[in-house]
Amino acid sequence: MAETAVKNQEAWLGKKERKLLTDPLNDNNPITVQVLGICSALAVTTMVVPSVVISIAVVFVCAFANLIISLLRNSIPKQVRMIVQLVVIATLVTVVELTLKAMSFDLYKQLTVYIGLIITNCIIMGRLEAFAMANKPWRSFLDGVGNGLGYGAILIIVAVIKEFFGKGTIAGFPIIGNTTDYMINTTAAGWQGTMFGWYANNNLMVLPASAMFVIGVLIWIQRSYNTKLVDVS
Amino acid sequence: MSDTGKTVVFVVMLTGVCALLLSGMYSVLKPIHDFNKKVYTKKQVISSLRTELENVGDLNDQQVEELFKSKVKELVIDANGDVVEGLSAEAVEMDKEAKKPLENRRYPLYVYEDGGSKRYIMGVRGKGLWDAIWGYIAVKEDGKSVVGVAFDHAAETPGLGAEIKDNKAWYGQFAGKNLYDEAGNFTSVLVRKGGAKNDRIEVDGISGATITANGVSEMMQRGLAVYTPYFKKANVIK
Repeated sequence: MAETAVKNQEAWLGKKERKLLTDPLNDNNPITVQVLGICSALAVTTMVVPSVVISIAVVFVCAFANLIISLLRNSIPKQVRMIVQLVVIATLVTVVELTLKAMSFDLYKQLTVYIGLIITNCIIMGRLEAFAMANKPWRSFLDGVGNGLGYGAILIIVAVIKEFFGKGTIAGFPIIGNTTDYMINTTAAGWQGTMFGWYANNNLMVLPASAMFVIGVLIWIQRSYNTKLVDVS
Repeated sequence: MSDTGKTVVFVVMLTGVCALLLSGMYSVLKPIHDFNKKVYTKKQVISSLRTELENVGDLNDQQVEELFKSKVKELVIDANGDVVEGLSAEAVEMDKEAKKPLENRRYPLYVYEDGGSKRYIMGVRGKGLWDAIWGYIAVKEDGKSVVGVAFDHAAETPGLGAEIKDNKAWYGQFAGKNLYDEAGNFTSVLVRKGGAKNDRIEVDGISGATITANGVSEMMQRGLAVYTPYFKKANVIK
């Protein structure tokens, strides 16, 4: 009895399945290794809270698009498979949008520009083409979750860096800046004045262009400890 | 069946299922969406007073409704400055008004009354960088000194243009400004790139969001002027 339970568990979350979840976080990260989905990663990462919501939305869309396409994979006509994939993605994104609009109108207002952009996120399309069209539903689902998480992890790291250096806040919590609202006030006299007086929030970090530098540095850091990613040729 | 036939059947079925799912979901959620939108507008209107009423940002949906019932009078005024009877301010859709000829437009005016003090809240609408921007401007009994503002936008960039709504330090600048210069001429409040020069009627711009900020200037200049006839007739501005 016990043995079959373990076997079943292995079948659901065996070594290969776990690898599907963890690979996109590091060795096969959609942003830093496959360099997909860069456009949205540049645009959304101005602030942490929107990035988190977008990440959740991408995990949802990527996982279920993979699942649905994998279920349909044997009946999708070859000539129209891209269009079919897009229809599924667009439907799921609209579901996300409608749900968010009903659940949290404030967040919806903040993110309304970016949610539509998920449709054009090449990571999702890429996973559907590369994985879901050739694999079983459960594995495709895990692959979708993994890639969504890998994308989201980079998004949130970049957003934290950009928001902190650009606005002096993290997720809206004021940390360092030039008014009394901030925890460390750079203009206050005395100890803080001498310690952080030179520091100013860098507006460049708020702009999409700075995400290019941040992602570049992240790729550099990742490759310097994960040497198997380095292209030796 | 031929390959083409199969393809057509498959695509029609898939799009049919997707369309049914989405339209079903839309109609089920529509009442919630409408309610959210209405309360959201009310929240915005009242948050133009956040410099004076500190807790308005934390009110939940029901408290907002209650506050509106007990303390806010909703008026609709026309282009001549006369009050239009039988209309409520929240029924005025400013995007549709903007398409009408000038003399037929209606403008919402919210009057907040609390213990003898009155605040007039005016609605304005204009264009940002990507899409519409709008806002509510609250003034004191004299119809001139700004108490506070609450802006919103359809699609400005978070961190840049969206700062008009999110950055407390920026919209906070409007409190204490005057819509009229020393000589008594209507000037509105100007958003000046590179820093305000005239403390009475100007505020600083937002770096990286010049077009949105200019949109705010233009919107206030044009949108607030239309309330002047009403204020003159009602003897608010002498």
